[in-house]
Amino acid sequence: MVGESACGKSVSAMSILQLIPYPPGIIVGGKVLFKGKDLLRATDEELRKVRGAQIAMIFQEPTTSLNPVLSVRLQISESLELHRGISRHEGYEEAIKLIKLVGIPDAERRAEDYPYQFSGGMQQRIMMAMALACNPDLIIADEPTTSLDVTVQAQLLELIDNLRSQYGTAVILITHNLGVVARYVDRVNVMYAGRLVESGPTDVIYGAPRHPYTMGLIRSVPRLDLPRKRKLYVIDGLPPHLAHLPEGCAFSPRCKFAIDRCHKERPELEEVGEYHLSACFRRNEAEIFKREEED
Amino acid sequence: MATNTENLVEVENLYMYFPVLAGVMRRKVGDVKAIDGVSFTIRKGETLGLVGESGCGKTTTGRCILQLYKITDGKITFNGRDVTKMKGNTLRHVRKDMQLIFQDPYASLDPRMNAGSIIGEPMLVHNLVKKGKEYNEQVAELLRLVQLEPYMADRYPHEFSGGQRQRLGIARALATRPELIICDEPVSALDVSIQTQIITLLIRLREEMNLTYLFIAHDLSVVRHISDRVAVMYLGKIMEITSSDELYDNPLHPYTQALLSAVPIPDPVVDRQRKRVLLTGDVPSPVNPPPGCNFHPRCHMAIDICREQTPEFRDIENDHWVACHRV
Repeated sequence: MVGESACGKSVSAMSILQLIPYPPGIIVGGKVLFKGKDLLRATDEELRKVRGAQIAMIFQEPTTSLNPVLSVRLQISESLELHRGISRHEGYEEAIKLIKLVGIPDAERRAEDYPYQFSGGMQQRIMMAMALACNPDLIIADEPTTSLDVTVQAQLLELIDNLRSQYGTAVILITHNLGVVARYVDRVNVMYAGRLVESGPTDVIYGAPRHPYTMGLIRSVPRLDLPRKRKLYVIDGLPPHLAHLPEGCAFSPRCKFAIDRCHKERPELEEVGEYHLSACFRRNEAEIFKREEED
Repeated sequence: MATNTENLVEVENLYMYFPVLAGVMRRKVGDVKAIDGVSFTIRKGETLGLVGESGCGKTTTGRCILQLYKITDGKITFNGRDVTKMKGNTLRHVRKDMQLIFQDPYASLDPRMNAGSIIGEPMLVHNLVKKGKEYNEQVAELLRLVQLEPYMADRYPHEFSGGQRQRLGIARALATRPELIICDEPVSALDVSIQTQIITLLIRLREEMNLTYLFIAHDLSVVRHISDRVAVMYLGKIMEITSSDELYDNPLHPYTQALLSAVPIPDPVVDRQRKRVLLTGDVPSPVNPPPGCNFHPRCHMAIDICREQTPEFRDIENDHWVACHRV
């Protein structure tokens, strides 16, 4: 899931597990199908069995997401005790295995440490160990590396990717970094102002985007492999306030290709290719846009 | 554009240590070696990029040039004059010519001042203009310069978006018509589409107003885009300096290579074909840096000499400086 801040990426992910605080947040409609069952209709008891066990979450800021007064071993084994009903002692053994799995050296000794004794990157590894504890089917990683340095970011994403292929876990990766998406992701959902505007396989989204927002976003970032003096494409204006959305397509005030219809009606997601959806009235004219912009 | 070879800033053997205090008596027990022997120059009209991971001393370097810290040792000249020995009025006079743009556009603007006073204050402090018609005109001009509207002068920071606040920060830095602007992570708190707006603005202003930038950031793609030359810092030392194109086409230091390969290219087809160097471990603490080359515990090319001797920072060819035994 990509998009700029406040476009609804995190809220979508949190809604899957119904982690949106109520009040003020309220899910007003829709379905969340997980293995064919609608999670929005599940009872609290059923939900608790899914959270942490079948769907686990890695949050953006490990520093504030870990409990500062519990050793990391206790925090990792907690979900095992709850979901698998194993003893504390067995939980401890499992926790050490997990700490090894996420690549923290000297696991036995480090297991007794508290979160403040770890660096940011190591704390995020602990979060990953917690997420992996019950061998979930889905991991939701909400900007897992945003607060970290590039070399540490690369280490962690590489680790997530390895674990994903090793255990066959599905991953939802929420990020605003288009490079990270290009490197690690199979399919992309692009969000803008609370809605999906484009969705498709990564290669297709980058190679032949069909929404002006996606096109602009991809061309607006500096790239290491292109000539340095290349002029960056600028998307003018600001994203709208979600309480005061413009009429019609939310992107229309910033869109260089908006026509009258865009300011009046809201386009729905429609298929433009295999597994490729775009919410734009001019979705079939993308090639023309590209040429116009290049001129 | 580096058409001029005259140096605006020269930094020689800069050391900046912060004492670590402990115990009831607050006795000094060690030093955070934030900058540990750094030398570089910034030429008139060029943009020097400064990259590195958090805690490597990028920001401290910028602040030392501005004399916001009393440096531990070394020499910093600005326009040929040693600023480290300046005091009082002389220092204030020089500071007019060097300004700073901060990372966090939320924390760096006084919430109780309106946009006009924020931008106008530096002009009043330096007695460039007195309050009145001319002052108002100059504030309006500055707002226009950063693509804001003059009527916004009466608004307060909370009424602006993040990108607009960063524009205010830029206007404030321009108010005294400085020669040098130190941009300390000016876009890293902003969204992608807003980042591009600010980068484009900074490039335009540099050309229009003949500015020199020290551009501090951790995003290598952004730094490459805006800088003529780039310096790579690691744990208080500069590892490599060369022109932007050379650094990205021919990085010599293993740290630079790893840093570059850690940045994914936003194009899956291109990115798949790149060679990757993955670093292990974390950045060591600057209180107790490793002996020899700072980088050796994480370096895949390290040999015995790297563990014992600090590599000399030397010019390999054509102004391409590297501190590595293995180059």
